[in-house]
Amino acid sequence: MEYLIGIQGPDFVLVAADNVAASSIIQMKHDYDKMFKLSEKILLLCVGEAGDTVQFAEYIQKNVQLYKMRNGYELSPAAAANFTRKNLADYLRSRTPYHVNLLLAGYDEADGPGLYYMDYLSALAKAPFAAHGYGAFLTLSILDRYYRPGDSALSLIRLNKRFILNLPSFTVRLIDKDGIHDMEKLPRVSFPSLSSSDR
Amino acid sequence: MALQDVCGFLDTLDDTGPCTYPPNEMGYMWRTASEFDRDSAFHFLFPPQQCSRKNRVPTLFSSTFSSLSPHQQPFQLSHGTTTLGFIFQDGVIAAADTRASCKGLICCPTSQKIMPIHSHLVVNTSGSGADCMLWERILTREMRLYQLRHRKRLSINGAAKLLSMMLHPFKGTNVCVAATLCGWDGEETRETLNSCMEIAEVKEAVEQDTGVSTISDSALSSVKMASVNEQEILKDAYALNPAVSDQNTKNVLSFGGRSGPRVCYVCSDGLQLKGEIISVGSGSPYAYAVLDDGWRWGMTVDEAVALAREAVFRATHWDAYSGNNVDLFHITAHGWRRRDREDLKEEYYRERERKRKKIKEREKERQKREGDELGEGDIYSVHCG
Repeated sequence: MEYLIGIQGPDFVLVAADNVAASSIIQMKHDYDKMFKLSEKILLLCVGEAGDTVQFAEYIQKNVQLYKMRNGYELSPAAAANFTRKNLADYLRSRTPYHVNLLLAGYDEADGPGLYYMDYLSALAKAPFAAHGYGAFLTLSILDRYYRPGDSALSLIRLNKRFILNLPSFTVRLIDKDGIHDMEKLPRVSFPSLSSSDR
Repeated sequence: MALQDVCGFLDTLDDTGPCTYPPNEMGYMWRTASEFDRDSAFHFLFPPQQCSRKNRVPTLFSSTFSSLSPHQQPFQLSHGTTTLGFIFQDGVIAAADTRASCKGLICCPTSQKIMPIHSHLVVNTSGSGADCMLWERILTREMRLYQLRHRKRLSINGAAKLLSMMLHPFKGTNVCVAATLCGWDGEETRETLNSCMEIAEVKEAVEQDTGVSTISDSALSSVKMASVNEQEILKDAYALNPAVSDQNTKNVLSFGGRSGPRVCYVCSDGLQLKGEIISVGSGSPYAYAVLDDGWRWGMTVDEAVALAREAVFRATHWDAYSGNNVDLFHITAHGWRRRDREDLKEEYYRERERKRKKIKEREKERQKREGDELGEGDIYSVHCG
């Protein structure tokens, strides 16, 4: 029921997550933020089992901040992704595995934008676009069809708006060389359509 | 624990790590994290290891299944209760029914599901009764220790985080606690301090008359404790600027703008939510429907109380596992106040009476209308006749 999506552009990464915090059949919150800010230019999006998401994400968040305090400079997105993967893998075969699916999005001065897909078995992959949740089944094929590496931010945001599913609202954020920017919160779009003229 | 030593019972429970566990008052069964000493603020309990752990190789699926809900139901019906909490401009309302059920039996029709933790925090509990009682006591202890160590109360969000952290090691075991922390954040201001003194006088007068205490004792004790701190702070404030006005001291003493009503939900599976309206339990969908409809930030206290009572009543009407009475607490900057427990049976009969009256009125109106129509429309009656 939860949904995450990330799309990498030439000099930015666009990420969106739904805003629902549910407990069995009841939506307990409509404005729940699933993005955790690891540093000025890195965001961790986390979905999965109820308590595990916040516990794991906050653990990674605090450790990345500790690194900055100890060494004076921030971890790069690639390093943060690998650190996260290592931790997830270590806990996987322990008494308390964390059942979380993650997207890590960041902008590096040297390497440019990066989007990392991680699942609960701690498989890590750098990808141009990625999604988690039931919505991923629908959107990944559309992304395959219409994604082009050189797309500008505007057309990708439009793309994002088009196939948002029947969830009430989404938080959208953009990471580029200037940091993390909040985009407008997207309301529900019931019938996504994708016509070439709109692109 | 001499028998344990003689039998060598604990040897089978040792972890593969080389660390030794210091004996604490509960014996060796409850491990403490070896890197923390017993006097640290984070002296938490960890669940004992299972005996067969050493021999069993944890595969992915066995460990994931252990962390799933043990009930294997399409949706959770295990919290047989209705509790709710919401904030509004004048504080927090916490309401709950009083039925404790065990499968099909009502174990106790007059249980208390709302427990005060300290003067400005109450917790609504649902889930397993024994677990809730234990964790309430643990939370009360930790809050009190924090208050003594740091000379100020822990915020509601902080208390929720603390409870969530303490429950995390027990995830995957059958601990079932779903607690809603309802309270007021912030230090007492001079204004509230004076009102607390007034309340204290009123309370004494009331107690002399009726012998019933309606206001928390802990509010009084915290007033006494706060008054010492307040005097010191006031002295400093006045020393810095003798011309400071009442308004300024109020701002100086209040919690830096972070005070206000709060409601937080903590669940033993790790979910932790802050919000404006929280309802938990098998009757919560029905309560949510009423609350979503009637809630406004600018409600008066009477409206809020009526809304809470209505929500619990509707939930108990439809849900089999909720019923009997309703408990209502109202928490403001002065502390919590408890309303008398109300029997929902009365509410049900009052509602039935109201419906009956409405039906009678409608019947009368209909007859009147028909009488008028008959008088006017004679031509129609000729045609039909």
